[in-house]
Amino acid sequence: MDYFDRFAVPHPSPAIYASMVAIGLTMIAVVAGITYFKKWGYLWREWLTTVDHKRIGIMYILAALLMLFRGGVDALMMRAQTAIPDNGLLDGQHYNEVFTTHGVVMILFMAMPFIIGLMNIVTPLQIGARDVAFPRLNAVSFWLFFMGAMLFNISFVVGGSPDAGWTSYFPLASNDFSESVGSNYYAIAIQIAGIGTLLTGINFIVTILKMRAPGMNLMKMPMFTWSILITNFIIVFAFPVLTVALALMTMDRLFGTQFFTMANGGSDMLWANLFWVWGHPEVYIVILPAFGIYSEIISTFARRNLYGYNSMVISMVAISTLSFIVWAHHFYTMGHGAMVNGIFSITTMAIAVPTGVKIFNWLFTLWKGKIVFTVPMLYSLAFIPIFTLGGVTGVMLAMASADYQYHNTMFLVAHFHYVLIPGTVFAVLAGFTYWWPKMFGFMLSEKIGKWSFWFITIGFNVTFFPMFITGLDGQARRMYTYSESTGYGPLNMLSFVGAIGLAIGFALIVYNIYWSTRYASRNISNDPWDARSLEWATHTPIPEYNFAIVPTVDSTEAFWDSKKKGFKLFGGKVEKIHMPNNSGVPFIMSCIFFVWGFAMVFSMWIIAIIATIGIFACMIHRSFEKDHGRYISVEEIEETENKLRGAK
Amino acid sequence: MKIDNSLPLEYSTEENRLKIFGFWIFLGAEIALFATLFATYFVLVDGTGNGPTGEHLFKLPTLMFQTIFLLTSSFTIGLGINAMRLGRQKATIGFFIITLILGLGFLGVEIYEFVEYVHEGATIQTSAFLSSLFTLLGTHGAHVTLGLFWGTFIVMQIKKRGMTPETTNKAFIFSLYWHFLDVVWIFIFSFVYLKGMM
Repeated sequence: MDYFDRFAVPHPSPAIYASMVAIGLTMIAVVAGITYFKKWGYLWREWLTTVDHKRIGIMYILAALLMLFRGGVDALMMRAQTAIPDNGLLDGQHYNEVFTTHGVVMILFMAMPFIIGLMNIVTPLQIGARDVAFPRLNAVSFWLFFMGAMLFNISFVVGGSPDAGWTSYFPLASNDFSESVGSNYYAIAIQIAGIGTLLTGINFIVTILKMRAPGMNLMKMPMFTWSILITNFIIVFAFPVLTVALALMTMDRLFGTQFFTMANGGSDMLWANLFWVWGHPEVYIVILPAFGIYSEIISTFARRNLYGYNSMVISMVAISTLSFIVWAHHFYTMGHGAMVNGIFSITTMAIAVPTGVKIFNWLFTLWKGKIVFTVPMLYSLAFIPIFTLGGVTGVMLAMASADYQYHNTMFLVAHFHYVLIPGTVFAVLAGFTYWWPKMFGFMLSEKIGKWSFWFITIGFNVTFFPMFITGLDGQARRMYTYSESTGYGPLNMLSFVGAIGLAIGFALIVYNIYWSTRYASRNISNDPWDARSLEWATHTPIPEYNFAIVPTVDSTEAFWDSKKKGFKLFGGKVEKIHMPNNSGVPFIMSCIFFVWGFAMVFSMWIIAIIATIGIFACMIHRSFEKDHGRYISVEEIEETENKLRGAK
Repeated sequence: MKIDNSLPLEYSTEENRLKIFGFWIFLGAEIALFATLFATYFVLVDGTGNGPTGEHLFKLPTLMFQTIFLLTSSFTIGLGINAMRLGRQKATIGFFIITLILGLGFLGVEIYEFVEYVHEGATIQTSAFLSSLFTLLGTHGAHVTLGLFWGTFIVMQIKKRGMTPETTNKAFIFSLYWHFLDVVWIFIFSFVYLKGMM
């Protein structure tokens, strides 16, 4: 193939060329803007080289929001395409690429980073720590995720997007059936981001297990921190499976190995198993932290302590264990026997039990509570019934024999959106609104927030509920068009209308950020929600070192007790604080990773080898570097503290 | 940095203790990674297609050399850490260098073995069995290669900077890594080679 032909999009369409122009213009505008306002130095010193967990968290959330809109545009295109029968908006190939990237972007580059962003900001604060265990590794994690996401995102303008579905089943994803470089992008971009996620998992397990404030034993940790701890254990044990699966896929596609081939002894089912051994726990990587967020918000705004703390913890541990032994329910119809299907059917249904325990605990927390209807609370309240509906349809799908009827129909699509959207998206939006004042020192507008809440909740149900019906009527998922005689037309149109409602809701969130940044009052207290856990015990904005004095804890809600029972959180004198130095290496190394990934996608071996050497050079540099961090002196701390106290 | 003198140097600071604990968790992830590779191998072991089988390929002598080299190196790095605890810098460096030479020997035999396989018409593209075999062995071999570079840099640092909390910490973590590679090899030895030759 001619050199430049490889970079061309395999099925050019005006929409893609328009996107190319838009991307080009945006990049020029961004670079020009930063140069005009002379912000390069600021950007480099304060953000690109930062190792502060709060800033890394904010960058994660920013990237996740961008990806939310990218994946959202994909979603709108799909709903627009299927809104009317025999629609010609997108051709079949383009539609395949759109649903593939929608799935990957939303799960891996939106939901997970959003959660990792919140966990970066909140977890160290909740356990009274000054930072994460390995601040610099944290920066490496973020930049690897970011570069992986960017590499994946350029696929649709350079060389073509993956088109084999987000599950990338073989032989569909093999060179024979996916000829463009799209599936190479899939294998390599996710690999790079996945390494970052694995490092985050290690980092946060160590942080939570080793850096808790004095007195905070495991059973006194806030529920969000508990959910993060369990999530990170899932990450550490599930992500290596993905690493291997993607490496094997890369070798099959680039080097002609025979892992997933149909001849020479390969096994396409091996891919399905490896993918879902990671993929099913992945579902719980995005849902357990959401449970943690809801637990915090519901107890804060019901003005009650969380009902059934111990059972909440036990049920999360149970869910995380079960999450590893249900993977085959994703392919009941791919030919294993009744016995295997039966076992996976039972383990799958068993997950409903601990999940039910959690639902009841939230209901009991609300019962006799004094409920305050703030925006985060509205999302939490809407979550309970919608998620339950998603869960019940999940149990329907778990019945292997019945699943033969509705697997791979829109019923499944409706089910997983009914768990993922109220489960994860509502949770991150609620958490984002809830912790926003801690991040930026002002509140988001409640009024605009409520408007967007209603648009999103109603829009969501209008979009996805019709899919239960069309699915049971037999509309297959991933079908790019259908004839009028099927009768799917009206309900699909309804879905499209709902999708527009959702889009308005998300646009209102952006407007809310803009409006509140300009007009919201900066004069807020450290604890604007009257909350219960330690992150609200420090100043707003949070100083670099989080806590001048490390807090002492003696109950699950130490901060609440300090407000209501006069428990003393901060004792002792201010001492000098050790902090890590900023470093540009994580960013530079990740940029080289990007180059490496791009070279691998297009089989440009010389560049790939040079980049590999560059990556190792960065690691060697780190090994020989002498960087013991720095100390913040007592005077400096006291000055900062006085200033922050005066601001109130 | 506060130094706690009641503990061995590699554990003496808070940062060091975090790093050692973090590395144990990393090894947990490595176990998951190798477990997946082993599972892949077991699934594909009979998928030999038209290519050679394990019975045909595996030879006892190379296997014995590899095993002796790697197991001995695990022993010598243990001696190195022992010398480190006793504060004897020269002995530490000496044992580390012996370890690395043994590792190099292992790697040399492995490369020789791979070349032999390819001569017999067994390449990574031939069959699913060989793809998974080369990937499993190759991943382990790549870990050993990385270890050789890593160990060399640590020796250089101990030589230049002496036995500080930092250098001993790095050396100790490296020893954990090296022992782990040995454990993986024992599984490869038992479940790939011996099982394949039976």
